[in-house]
Amino acid sequence: MPVVNRAMTETNSRDLFPGALEMMILESLRREPAHGYALVQHIQQRSNNLLQVEEGSLYPALQRLLKAKLVKAEWELSSTNRRVRTYQITAAGLRCLEQQISSFERMFEGISLVLNPGRATTS
Amino acid sequence: MDWIPQIFRRRKFYDDLSEEIRLHIEERTEQLMRDGMSAEEATRAAQRAFGNRTLLEERSREVWQWPTLESIWADMRFALRQLRKSPGFTITAVLTLTLAIGANAVVFGILNALILRPLNVPQAESLLVVQHGSGVASHSYPDYLDLRRRNRGFDDMAVFAISQSGLDTGKDPSNAWEYETSGNYLDVLRIQPYLGRFFHDSDEHGPNSAPYIVLTYAYWHTHFQDDRTVVGRVVRLNRHPFTILGVAPPGFQGTVLFFAPDIFVPIVNHEQLSGDKMILNARASRWIFEMVGRLKPGVTPAQATADLNSVDSYLKKNYPKDESSGTYTLARPGLHGDYLNGPTRAFLTGLMLLSGLILLAACANLGSLFAARAADRSREVALRLALGSSRNRILRQLFTESVLLSLAGGIAGLVASILLLRWLSVWQPFPRYPLHVPVSPDANVYLVALVLALVSGVLFGIVPVRQILRANPYEIVKAGSTGGFGRRITARDVLLVVQIAICAVLVTSSMVAVRGLMRSMRSNFGFEPQNAMLVDTDLTTAGYSGERVPAMQRRMIDAIQAIPGVDSVGSVNYPPLEPPGSWQGTVYTDTTTDLSPSNAAADPYWYNVTPDYFRASGTSLLAGRAFTWHDDTNAPRVAVVNREFASKILGSVPDVVGRYFKLRDGTRVRVVGLVEDGKYVNLTEGQRPAMFFPLLQSPASWTWLVVRSSRDPQQLTAAMRSVLRDIDSAMVLAIRPWSTELSGTLFPSRMATISLGVLGMMGAMLSITGIFGMAAYSVSKRLKELGIRMALGAKRREVLQAALGRAFKLLAIGSGVGLALGLLATKVLAFIVYQATPRDPLVLAGVVLAMAALGLLATWIPARRALSVNPLVLLREE
Repeated sequence: MPVVNRAMTETNSRDLFPGALEMMILESLRREPAHGYALVQHIQQRSNNLLQVEEGSLYPALQRLLKAKLVKAEWELSSTNRRVRTYQITAAGLRCLEQQISSFERMFEGISLVLNPGRATTS
Repeated sequence: MDWIPQIFRRRKFYDDLSEEIRLHIEERTEQLMRDGMSAEEATRAAQRAFGNRTLLEERSREVWQWPTLESIWADMRFALRQLRKSPGFTITAVLTLTLAIGANAVVFGILNALILRPLNVPQAESLLVVQHGSGVASHSYPDYLDLRRRNRGFDDMAVFAISQSGLDTGKDPSNAWEYETSGNYLDVLRIQPYLGRFFHDSDEHGPNSAPYIVLTYAYWHTHFQDDRTVVGRVVRLNRHPFTILGVAPPGFQGTVLFFAPDIFVPIVNHEQLSGDKMILNARASRWIFEMVGRLKPGVTPAQATADLNSVDSYLKKNYPKDESSGTYTLARPGLHGDYLNGPTRAFLTGLMLLSGLILLAACANLGSLFAARAADRSREVALRLALGSSRNRILRQLFTESVLLSLAGGIAGLVASILLLRWLSVWQPFPRYPLHVPVSPDANVYLVALVLALVSGVLFGIVPVRQILRANPYEIVKAGSTGGFGRRITARDVLLVVQIAICAVLVTSSMVAVRGLMRSMRSNFGFEPQNAMLVDTDLTTAGYSGERVPAMQRRMIDAIQAIPGVDSVGSVNYPPLEPPGSWQGTVYTDTTTDLSPSNAAADPYWYNVTPDYFRASGTSLLAGRAFTWHDDTNAPRVAVVNREFASKILGSVPDVVGRYFKLRDGTRVRVVGLVEDGKYVNLTEGQRPAMFFPLLQSPASWTWLVVRSSRDPQQLTAAMRSVLRDIDSAMVLAIRPWSTELSGTLFPSRMATISLGVLGMMGAMLSITGIFGMAAYSVSKRLKELGIRMALGAKRREVLQAALGRAFKLLAIGSGVGLALGLLATKVLAFIVYQATPRDPLVLAGVVLAMAALGLLATWIPARRALSVNPLVLLREE
């Protein structure tokens, strides 16, 4: 039944915590500007396909970043001669990314401590 | 703040977004094809990988929106589109709501203006009406002076009486209604003059010492054309010179909401205004219309009441002869204390209840129409659910539709009610009296109407909620929406039955009221208003007094009697059934020796009449004789009494002639005649005793001539006016047919009938829409089944039965319940409407016929649709 399917896709995409997708997008863009399709490819490859991001869910996140002026977008021609809308991280985006990464790392450390107490004390 | 340019750039953002997503899917497709998929497979895989494109695009767009506000806006646009698509439904719904909310707003507007809103004077909360007993007028002037001096609960107290005087500004004298007030009245109310000054306590120095007039703003506007030089002008009031001191502020019209006086004059000049020297000092004459007081700060009404009653017991001890029964109570000003407050409150509460019921019926009705619509749209809803729309979103959209409808209806209803209330405010039901209903709407009314609109929108929007929450999109898309409409009793059926029942209650009530009114028009008044004219002349107003009054009355009667075509002419001090009331006098049986009020036999109505009055008024003389002009001051005191007087006070009807009774001052009066019973103050009263005295033995300066003639009223009026003007050109005359004059008495039952009639009509309209909706729904749901039946050879009667049997069954149940309830409700009606009896075959038949007609009317169109089903077309469509 369609209802059930929908519910399942929703839970899948929510496997990421809020803001994770935005953070990964910003990080990818920090390395080099890219358009939506390339971003998806990049994120999936870098995560060794561990993160099965629904391709479309990238776009709401990109719009949020655009609105917050953390990225800017420009239509241009790609190396393969396609018309693409390329996103580029802004100065504000960089600052935001650094903050997010550091707070994420602290959170991740905290979670690891709780999950693996033994390893935390030895390290 | 860059959200303003954002709004304009948004269109471009959206276009970019769509384009971007399209390109994304395209790129993925190409990639997959390069990996070896076929074009078709690649497209499908790319779309699957992307996810729900519509949803994601919408989410992306939402980023740029004020989410709730804009989605509500979108819902509204969608709702408007939906409503435009079914104009019949929209118009019915808005019209129904207009009527229902409008009715509530009007009734609430009246309730608000008369009961809820404080009187239009400064610090109205500390102003109270002091009442004694339960009569219309219950204070005497000496009592007032004592109360004012001796009480400790009030800062100050004031009184006023209502009277009418001829006001002569030099040309064309006319009658003016006046408040005869104590000098401090306007000061107690804390009113400031608009122009000039007011009179005060300090202007009073004994009888006739303060010949001053204060004009109301309205009177100044209409009679003096806003002339500011009017201050200081001397005019004549009943031929006595009075000086105009000033003008009261606009909107101020004293402390009785219904009554708008023309002028204020000091009560100490009462003798000049009425010609009565005695009454101002007579403790036993309770003629003061109303007493108001300003409560001292910190004193509770209960304390003030107790204090007033201690003063009262002091007065009773010191003036035992003038005592009167009853205790002092306090009441809100505005509706003449509890005298009008009680009935008005009861009537308005009843009306509010009824109009509330109408609104509920409207909601029930629209709810079922709405549910029918929701069912018709079940495919659409199912599709939207299947495409990933949440149930909340669909419900919100439905609510948007219902609230939109109810707001439209609410606003239309409010506008209609404002117009109606404005019209009511300037309406004067009786030309002779400055009575009106000051009910101009205010912010409270607007607020209530809007709240009612919103509440009813939510109420009828709720009806289809369960239906949608339970909807299984898969089943509906697969099988169409034929299921669900079975033989079970649904909430919708119950709603419809309730609503039909309410309609039947209203129809029953209004029919009972109409019948009651018809009866009261034809009932025996104890006189015959047809072919009789009344001439209202106040000889005091015209400056006559003492011996000159009866002589003048005799001259007038003789002059009119001489007009050709006049059958008989009599005069009476105050005609029966003429609002606001009647004169009364205390009588004792002949054997009573202690003439204190507690020994009184009764308080019969008191009429002073001339010899021909009984003939002129059409009152039949049952025994004995009428008066003659020889029953004067030299002859023994005589009276004519009615049957009720004879049986109640004299103990016998047949041989009453020749018996005696006593008046308050001990005078023995011999009964010389017996007349039929009648109605004296209002139509619903029980039988009351009445007595008639010859004018010459018991003079009265206020004279109403009763002229019986079969001549055309207009010609007769002209003829009478000319002969009376020949006698005295400065007399104020008012000539009207008696039947016209009676309209005032019939006013309450007329109003009740009109209100009920209007409510009944609205109820009927609601029922029609309700049954129509239900029948149309039932036909459209079963169109396919009906088509198959027709194809298989079913007869028209059977098809109709299948399609509409249920609607008729519900109609029958609802009408039955409503009729029973209506019969119970009419017991309540009996208080307002004369002889409202529910056990009237005509009413019963009328209700049944009316409900059947409603049913026929409402099922006509659906029935035609059911019969015109073309099975072939129908089956091909599916």
